[in-house]
Amino acid sequence: MIWLDVLVQGILLGGLYALFAAGLSLVFGIMRLVNLAHGDLIVLAAFVILLIVATTGLDPFLAALIAAGWLLQRLVLNRVLGRDILPPLLVTFGLSVALQNGMLEAFSADSRRLRVGALESASIGFGPVTVGTLPLLTFASAVVAIFVLNRIFYTTALGRAFRAVSDDPTTASLMGLNPRSVFAIATGLAMVIVTLAALYLGMRSNFDPSIGPARLLYAFQAVIIGGLGSLWGTLAGGAIIGVAQTLGAQINPEWQILAGHIAFLVVLLIRPRGLFPRAVD
Amino acid sequence: MALLSTHALTAQYGQFKALFGVDLHIDPGECVAIIGANGAGKTTLMRAITGVLKNAPEMIRLGGEPIGALPPDRILQRGIAMVPEGRKLFPSLTVEENLLIGGQVRRGSGRWSLDDIYRLFPILKDRRHSPGTALSGGQQQMVAIGRALMSNPELLLCDEISLGLAPVVIRDIYAALPAIRATGAAVILVEQDITRALSVADRVYCMMEGRVTLTAPAGQVTREAIHAAYFGAAA
Ligand SMILES: Nc1ncnc2c1ncn2[C@@H]1O[C@H](COP(=O)(O)OP(=O)(O)OP(=O)(O)O)[C@@H](O)[C@H]1O
Ligand SMILES: [Mg+2]
Repeated sequence: MIWLDVLVQGILLGGLYALFAAGLSLVFGIMRLVNLAHGDLIVLAAFVILLIVATTGLDPFLAALIAAGWLLQRLVLNRVLGRDILPPLLVTFGLSVALQNGMLEAFSADSRRLRVGALESASIGFGPVTVGTLPLLTFASAVVAIFVLNRIFYTTALGRAFRAVSDDPTTASLMGLNPRSVFAIATGLAMVIVTLAALYLGMRSNFDPSIGPARLLYAFQAVIIGGLGSLWGTLAGGAIIGVAQTLGAQINPEWQILAGHIAFLVVLLIRPRGLFPRAVD
Repeated sequence: MALLSTHALTAQYGQFKALFGVDLHIDPGECVAIIGANGAGKTTLMRAITGVLKNAPEMIRLGGEPIGALPPDRILQRGIAMVPEGRKLFPSLTVEENLLIGGQVRRGSGRWSLDDIYRLFPILKDRRHSPGTALSGGQQQMVAIGRALMSNPELLLCDEISLGLAPVVIRDIYAALPAIRATGAAVILVEQDITRALSVADRVYCMMEGRVTLTAPAGQVTREAIHAAYFGAAA
């Protein structure tokens, strides 16, 4: 039964990685921009939630909403007003370094956590396996987030604009769309997902200013395994890494991270374009 | 007053000058053809009018107002829609979504609806859930025209809509022109097929090496005049 337990815990852990990955995938899919600061933005959002909770005593879930609104405003404005001079990849790398150093200055290197009382240790039994309520909630949130993003992408006018601008910004502008505004909205949406990811990151484990790049790596691996452009693929990718890590840790706690990387390489060897690559390219 | 006019319009790609002071105008409801050899600057002129290439504000006027410095999305909102060279359908969108995106920023009370487009090009209705790029060249051209019409333009710019299509297909596409003009829209047709251009347009401009070399009512222009304007007087 231990292996069934490992499988279930791993899949649930994958929900967290899928949340890390969904925002990254969204930004890459629409703007063709690999955001190297994605992991650091998640950590920053976690600190912002912590700050809001500390100063107002609000519930973290409510704080997460406020933080989402704030980050959305900041980053959307920046994108609309700022003019990129350096290639975007370098810009996001610079942003990553700046965020880590800025957070170190502002919040010190101490580990923090978002406290949610009894929820932290609550669990539910399903026959032979017992699962933590929080991991279950994380996974459910990932499924809901991906479902909603897919609906937006494929059934709304906004999603149509996302796809058109991603295909061909110049022709999209001839159709009356302003690519910069569309990108700003996409960034805002990604920031909502980032904040959701930050909420679960902060509730489930300790965090400090240096852990962003590792979250970026897991997110990146989940996106690649799933196949570029497929959000459900990203969830599957997250689950594969989650299962591999849980399995590795079961055999030897030091193998947890390594097992995730190995799973990533194995999938890429078998399916170089990921599990569910987009048909049109 | 002219609907649209250009005034000593210039354009360049980096160091390379592509337009050298183009003056042209089109009246409301008029149909004007622009002909010229490859590289004459016809597409560049369309890019300048639609705001893809930036100009001085006074170089282009719409209903008397300077619009030369507006970005493409604002130009569309002012009532100028483009059927770009090479169709440029969005590959991630179905036929119907391509049409809808053209109407996303609609002006006025909607002369063109999805159903109107499907009446104009019935074949598109059967293919409406296919990816835009899965269609034949002629069908794709119909989508590109329908997409532009969905914004209810006052001026429709068509860049080489017959390029690479079989004569029967070209005939089908040109058959839509009267319905488009019946809405009162003015049309600029960039066309390599001179006979076709002269048969449908009210007036014709000929361009050569970034300049207008001939302006004439389509009914009165002679073969010799076009030949001279097309290839240069010395030819
Ligand atoms: N993106 C670009 N960068 C640099 N030069 C360009 C670019 N586009 C066009 N040109 C040059 O500008 C000139 C005018 O080109 P343009 O495409 O406007 O001609 P055209 O009349 O539309 O030709 P065609 O009939 O082949 O479509 C040509 O010399 C062309 O090489
Ligand atoms: Mg051209």
